[in-house]
Amino acid sequence: MDDDRRPDPDALLAKLQEEERTGSRGRLHVFFGAAAGVGKTYAMLQAAHDRLRDGVDVVIGHVDTHGRPETSALVEGIPAVPPLQVSYRGRTVQEFDLDAALARHPCLILVDELAHTNVPGSRHERRFQDVDELLRAGIDVYTTLNVQHLESLNDLVAQVTGIVVRETVPDSVVEKADEVELIDLPPDELLARLREGKVYVPDQAERALSGFFRKSNLIALRELALRSTADRVDAQMQIYRRAEAGERTWPITEKILVCISPSPSAIRIVRAGRRLARRLRADWTALYLEQPRHFSLRAADRDYAAQALRAAEALGGETVTLAGHDAVGEILRYAREHNFSKIVVGKPGRFWRLRELVAGSFVARLAERSGDIDVFIVHGGREREAVRDSDAAEAAGPPIDWRRYGWGVATVAACTAIIALAQTHLAPTNLLMVYLVGVVFVASRWGRGPSILAAVLSVAVFDFLFVPPFYTMAIDDTEYVITLVAMLLLAILISTLTVRVQEAAELARQRERRASTLYSLSRELASARNLDPMIAAVRRHVRNLFEAETAIFLAGEEERLALRGEEDAPEFARDPKEIAVAQWVHQHSQAAGRGTSTLAGARALHLPLVGGRGPVGVLAIGLPPEMPAPTTDQMHLLETFANQAALALERALLAREAHRQRLAAEGEKLRNAILAAVSHDLRTPLAAIAGAASSLAASGDRLDDAARRELVLTIHEEAQRMSRLANNLLEMGRLQSRTVALRREWQPIEEVFGSALHGLETALRDRSVEVRVPSDLPLVAIDEVLIERVLFNLLENALRYSPPGTPLELVASPGGSELMIEVLDRGPGIAPGDEERIFEKFFRGEGARSRDGSGLGLAVARAIVEAHGGRLWAGNRAGGGAAFRFTLPVGGEPPAAIPSGSGTEPLAAAGAGA
Amino acid sequence: MSAPGPAVLLVEDDPQIRRFIRATLPSHGMLLLEAATGREALAQAATRTPDVVLLDLGLPDMDGLEVIRRLRDWSAIPIIVLSARGLERDKVTALDAGADDYLTKPFGVDELLARLRVALRHRAASGSGDTAFATGDLSVDLAGRIVRLSGREIRLTPIEFKLLAVLVRQAGKVVTHRQLLVEVWGPGSAGNTHYLRVQMHGLRHKLEAVPARPRYLITEPGVGYRLREDPGNPGPV
Repeated sequence: MDDDRRPDPDALLAKLQEEERTGSRGRLHVFFGAAAGVGKTYAMLQAAHDRLRDGVDVVIGHVDTHGRPETSALVEGIPAVPPLQVSYRGRTVQEFDLDAALARHPCLILVDELAHTNVPGSRHERRFQDVDELLRAGIDVYTTLNVQHLESLNDLVAQVTGIVVRETVPDSVVEKADEVELIDLPPDELLARLREGKVYVPDQAERALSGFFRKSNLIALRELALRSTADRVDAQMQIYRRAEAGERTWPITEKILVCISPSPSAIRIVRAGRRLARRLRADWTALYLEQPRHFSLRAADRDYAAQALRAAEALGGETVTLAGHDAVGEILRYAREHNFSKIVVGKPGRFWRLRELVAGSFVARLAERSGDIDVFIVHGGREREAVRDSDAAEAAGPPIDWRRYGWGVATVAACTAIIALAQTHLAPTNLLMVYLVGVVFVASRWGRGPSILAAVLSVAVFDFLFVPPFYTMAIDDTEYVITLVAMLLLAILISTLTVRVQEAAELARQRERRASTLYSLSRELASARNLDPMIAAVRRHVRNLFEAETAIFLAGEEERLALRGEEDAPEFARDPKEIAVAQWVHQHSQAAGRGTSTLAGARALHLPLVGGRGPVGVLAIGLPPEMPAPTTDQMHLLETFANQAALALERALLAREAHRQRLAAEGEKLRNAILAAVSHDLRTPLAAIAGAASSLAASGDRLDDAARRELVLTIHEEAQRMSRLANNLLEMGRLQSRTVALRREWQPIEEVFGSALHGLETALRDRSVEVRVPSDLPLVAIDEVLIERVLFNLLENALRYSPPGTPLELVASPGGSELMIEVLDRGPGIAPGDEERIFEKFFRGEGARSRDGSGLGLAVARAIVEAHGGRLWAGNRAGGGAAFRFTLPVGGEPPAAIPSGSGTEPLAAAGAGA
Repeated sequence: MSAPGPAVLLVEDDPQIRRFIRATLPSHGMLLLEAATGREALAQAATRTPDVVLLDLGLPDMDGLEVIRRLRDWSAIPIIVLSARGLERDKVTALDAGADDYLTKPFGVDELLARLRVALRHRAASGSGDTAFATGDLSVDLAGRIVRLSGREIRLTPIEFKLLAVLVRQAGKVVTHRQLLVEVWGPGSAGNTHYLRVQMHGLRHKLEAVPARPRYLITEPGVGYRLREDPGNPGPV
């Protein structure tokens, strides 16, 4: 069909993305060779000279000439970034200066030896990470690499040459390279060059010739290099054909499941699985089935699994950790559920296992039950020795805890003592039961080893002491042989079962704890609305699980990180070095610090918090120095934590932003309303003043005294009205912008009554004002200027809305933790339903005389009272009239006793004087 | 009033305010000198020796406070500060820097004249050693330490008397919290305004008929207190 020949849209998209990615990213060109001396560095430098001639900004980041004269000659003429002098273990080492290179930001930089391991304390552990950072900064990189450093070929190289290369480079780095240029030299020529001393200086050359540079090795390495280059060209061809011609050459996608166990061969199995996957162009997943018995393994052994999983991740595979007893069943269930077509397992056979005798070997059972899934068995030996060699100290492992065995022996001794006492009353077979109880007890308390020891010991002691002939190991009655053998088997079986149940319980507990922690974290994060409770939840959970303090940095202005929750943040979070690490992590959205391969010298592990819309901040976990680096499993858990936290924090940040915008929008609306009202309220008195004044100016002499006086009074009154409006507007503005902090001082409320009444003296001349203030009122801490404004506005409001001559009342009364103040009038009261509306800005009641007032007075009064922590409300009085009531909290520390002397007393610290 | 009346130096950069005062003061028998900048003000004060200075704090060329400090370097001339509402801090700073009184803008002519009269009288009376004071029903004999209300002697505590005495000596003028605290309790007490407020509360309960509507002991919110000399007259609106 035509349809089939159409380009696959996914493939096109992938190609586009690939092109886009390389657009912003620098291009990586790898000069790839079979061995040292084939001329990689030379070729790289030649290429650099070509580019230099083309006018490209080329810089040498790091080039190692190994003292070869032709190569050294080529270095001349290319500008170089000066190397960083690092002192390490008393020596000064020259290292590539990444920061200087980033700062220099050339078009193209030469960085030799991609597989190089940096001196401890550098930002990255490995040079390929440096190169990655250069590429991300948009700088093109030329680099060199030998085939034996490729991660997936590492085992093959070891098999062929017998030399384990530890400095490996993940294949993904090379796969993502834009160009891989094979620098090939036939082995004979290379050997000739070696003998001529062109590769190594003469005395090194001799050693090299007898070791690594044997002809057989060189042929094998050359084959590997050629083949992997061919593979790459093949893959490029496939991609090209798919995109351009649309021809479907891809087989049905294969999926490979690589099963590993906690053994030294795990990493080798991962690499083998990866090679297979690559050849089949299949997706692959490394699976570690955590079994209860793994808990009894040494930590170093368990770490093999973690290392293998890390390696799998580095090689581009997915990783999964499952838990269960039935390894075969769990693996097959997972493989079927996820449509894996192939399973890779290691070749067994290091230990003889009882279980395998009974049930058949793991591999056999897997093969038997795998059905349509292919099972590949990979050889898994040899590396143990290699690892031993390098990590002799680590391989020694922790010492066996002999005390547990001691307890096993002691239990047997105790049982023997009981039997010795009870011997005369019990049949010999029942005596054996006592030992059985002892063995079960040992199994439950001290594990399998001691319990087996106890079982063997019990049988021996029983035979020796209680089976005739006594005090010999001989047995008279053959019946006893059956009894003793059964006893031994039973003891071993029971102890195995007991121990397994305990292990399973322990495993379940651990998983349960993690699951419940995650669950409660997600629940807390979901229920929290603000940042601070979220951060507190994350910190508490990390502390519970890892006994580590955490700090959270959030991105602020211009992506600068700021520590959140300053006051109780752990000490390390203030260390400028740690903050710099956090900043790096935030910029690159990549974990760094302890337990990672980037900036591993940091005190804390820094995980990026990446939400749905991008980086939010950084989670820094200050692992105690004595604690080992987190395992892959713990790392995953922490990453899950970080992901959940990032999403929640992002949600809170977005909510805050939305709230801010809503407030801004509301503020804008209000501002417009105020502007409209103010312009009205300002223009009206202005019109009156201008009119009256112009009338006086133009024809003042023709007007009679009464008319002139009327105009002058109009001007005066309108001016005062504008003054009030200006005051209230200013007050409102200051209160709303919160630029004014309350200047609270302890004082009697009576004093503020006095100043408010004094301010209205003229207006109140024809009114009777009844003031009731109990003499024993407590002092209140208030801003007298603002509270005077409240009273002034309320009294003015009462004057405006009640008929001339009617009495006013001003009352203060205590009420528990509050002081209540009432302003009462005998006017028409407040229209039903208006009790709240009157506090809105520019609301004006029905009964207002003329166009007096600004409509802001009550709003200002309420804002001031609320700023003091009180309430202001309005209602109608019994018997007619309006009542405005407000409260002021009395709480707080009352001022110290008043000194009666003249300034010699020690002074209490109080608020600043007015 | 007989000429030549007292000379008032108005330091104000706004021409409209100057115009309003220019239209008012001469008709009340005062001579008006005008300055629009701080430099001009200092020059005028030195050459024309006015009897009182009306000083706006917001000047184009220098801070009003600076003008007060420079004047105080060599002159005890009364200074009345003109300032807007809501700027209590500025008023207090100006008063503590040596200004004698203040007027809140906008102000009426009555208020302006009342303040000027108080300032001029204090200038005339300074150093006269007058120890008797009377206003309304209240009379105070500072030398004899006797306070009478409607002829009846009122017993005050030593602190209350000290407080009243400070206000009496500055009668009609505002006295800041700080000035009162320093004079009554000593220089270390400047921050403890609640001492002052409680004593003032006690004093009012002894001297005022309605302590919540005082006739004599007036509170200037955020600034200080003022002993009113003419309790029958209406105050500012």
